[in-house]
Amino acid sequence: MKNYRKIFRKLILFLFTVPVILFIYSPIIWLFLASLSTQVELFSIPPHWIPQHPTFQNYLDIFFPSQAASSVPRTFAVSLLNSIKIASTVTVICIVLGSLAAYALVRIPFKYNRHIQISILATRMIPEISLILPLFIVASSLRLINKPILLVITYLSFSLPYAIWLMVAFFQTVPIELEEAARLDGCSRLGILFRVVMPISIPGLISTTMFIFLVAWDEFFFALIFTSTLAAKTAPVAIAEFVGRFAVNITGMMAGGFLAAVPPVLVALIFQRYIVSGLTAGSVKG
Amino acid sequence: MPDNSISNPKKRLSLRKQDERIAWLLLAPSLLVIILVTVWPIIYSFILSFFVAPIGINQIRTFVWLQNYIGIFKDPAFWETINRTLYFTVASVTLNLILGLAIAQLIHSHPWGWKFIRFSLIIPWAVPTIVNGAMWRWIYNGDFGALNGALMQFGFIKHYVPWLTLPSLAMPLVILADTWHTMPLIALILQAALAGIPEELDEAAAVDGANAWQRFWKIRLPLLRPALLVALIIRTVEAFRVFDIVYIITSGGPASSTITMTFLTYLYSFPYGKQGTGAALSFIISVVIMLLALVYIRLLYRPEEN
Repeated sequence: MKNYRKIFRKLILFLFTVPVILFIYSPIIWLFLASLSTQVELFSIPPHWIPQHPTFQNYLDIFFPSQAASSVPRTFAVSLLNSIKIASTVTVICIVLGSLAAYALVRIPFKYNRHIQISILATRMIPEISLILPLFIVASSLRLINKPILLVITYLSFSLPYAIWLMVAFFQTVPIELEEAARLDGCSRLGILFRVVMPISIPGLISTTMFIFLVAWDEFFFALIFTSTLAAKTAPVAIAEFVGRFAVNITGMMAGGFLAAVPPVLVALIFQRYIVSGLTAGSVKG
Repeated sequence: MPDNSISNPKKRLSLRKQDERIAWLLLAPSLLVIILVTVWPIIYSFILSFFVAPIGINQIRTFVWLQNYIGIFKDPAFWETINRTLYFTVASVTLNLILGLAIAQLIHSHPWGWKFIRFSLIIPWAVPTIVNGAMWRWIYNGDFGALNGALMQFGFIKHYVPWLTLPSLAMPLVILADTWHTMPLIALILQAALAGIPEELDEAAAVDGANAWQRFWKIRLPLLRPALLVALIIRTVEAFRVFDIVYIITSGGPASSTITMTFLTYLYSFPYGKQGTGAALSFIISVVIMLLALVYIRLLYRPEEN
């Protein structure tokens, strides 16, 4: 009797599991299948769910463009490279500056410590739209528009407070006794940070690196306003252009979209065990 | 003796001072960057909101007192946009929390493949917002989209529906697309919080005769309150400032039916070239966000933590 109830419960739960899995996977699988299709197959009614003549042409157009390929796929590879460069630079700067700041906030008691912590938390929530006009005016007069460095600097507005906030949460978990022991042994503050706190916080640092890379990769608004040439255009802007000016090239857009999704999804899946620790440390502190 | 510095009060004092200097030194680079790219632009935006100027470099600005704000508040389109933004925010946050909680509870009940669900949730979360938008825009496509194709094959519709050209449907469809991307985070946060609840509580209640439903409402939900509140505020802030997904799926259309606050601000600031109005709108957004941030800070830094 008890066994039946157990199996019945499992079956009921399974009825809920299937739609959840379908909801998660069907859009992304369709994105991938569409990227393997030809325009003709994709534009049939109803669509061929599984392409009858799957082709990697859309991907080849991006990485090895022939003269026949239109300009958007031809330039997409460059924008992917821009995205990689910009997101990595932002991540490195955030980790270096952020770890120094976070350590000071966690371990050194001084007068305005709490005020600064709270202000950093508040700046993290400020939307890009609130900053765009002044940044645009200054960037224009300094002739920084279309330069990758401008995106790196402006991306710090949301990524640096986020990095500090995450690392504050991680550094707080380092037992203070360890530090005191190191201090008694004559270790300086910086020595403690690099030899004691950082090595213990490696999981937290990995988690922070991942989160910052993901938000920098995801950014769209600054890139939309600040870039129009290939010199700094990022992958999200390139995808938006597929939609806008070249609405006909749906398969190219799907291939581009899939490629732009691969790095963040891979990073997130590889470091998945750090995600939940990051989420709980960063947001569910209370 | 190494512990001299601790037992000697005079030396300890100087150590404190030294510490304070080190703290500011460590903080200086970050604070400088943050002041430069967030604090100063907000102040400058506030100043710009009292001027009228076309967008561009070295344009002549005219001081107009509160004209920009008066113009905004007199414009019915602004109030429609506020309503629309509230609609987006409330609907999106509600859907996120309900679906997120349901999925978190599902994972917590350990059905077949619960680890697979938890693993899978990471994928939509990691897909970039713009890719997500482009994908759903194509799914909703009126001529060849997958939604039409699937609904027709299952016999729900006889003709393809031009989904995104219907003003009443465009917003719900954008919300659905956004939910696919944002809800997994909420589910993961709540699942982690559920896993942190001691099992003894649940077992004790079960022994006392509470059924699964009662245990959910009376035991788990109250204990989830802190996590739920944090999720609520994070999502409210994010939903209130939504831009990317609207830009890519509908660009504000059809017939302005998906123009939200940030989108309106973007339109005034750049395509319309009305810098003053754009700055005023962006300052209004900053004020709302700061109010939400205050609530959030209150939640995180409770008095007893001091």
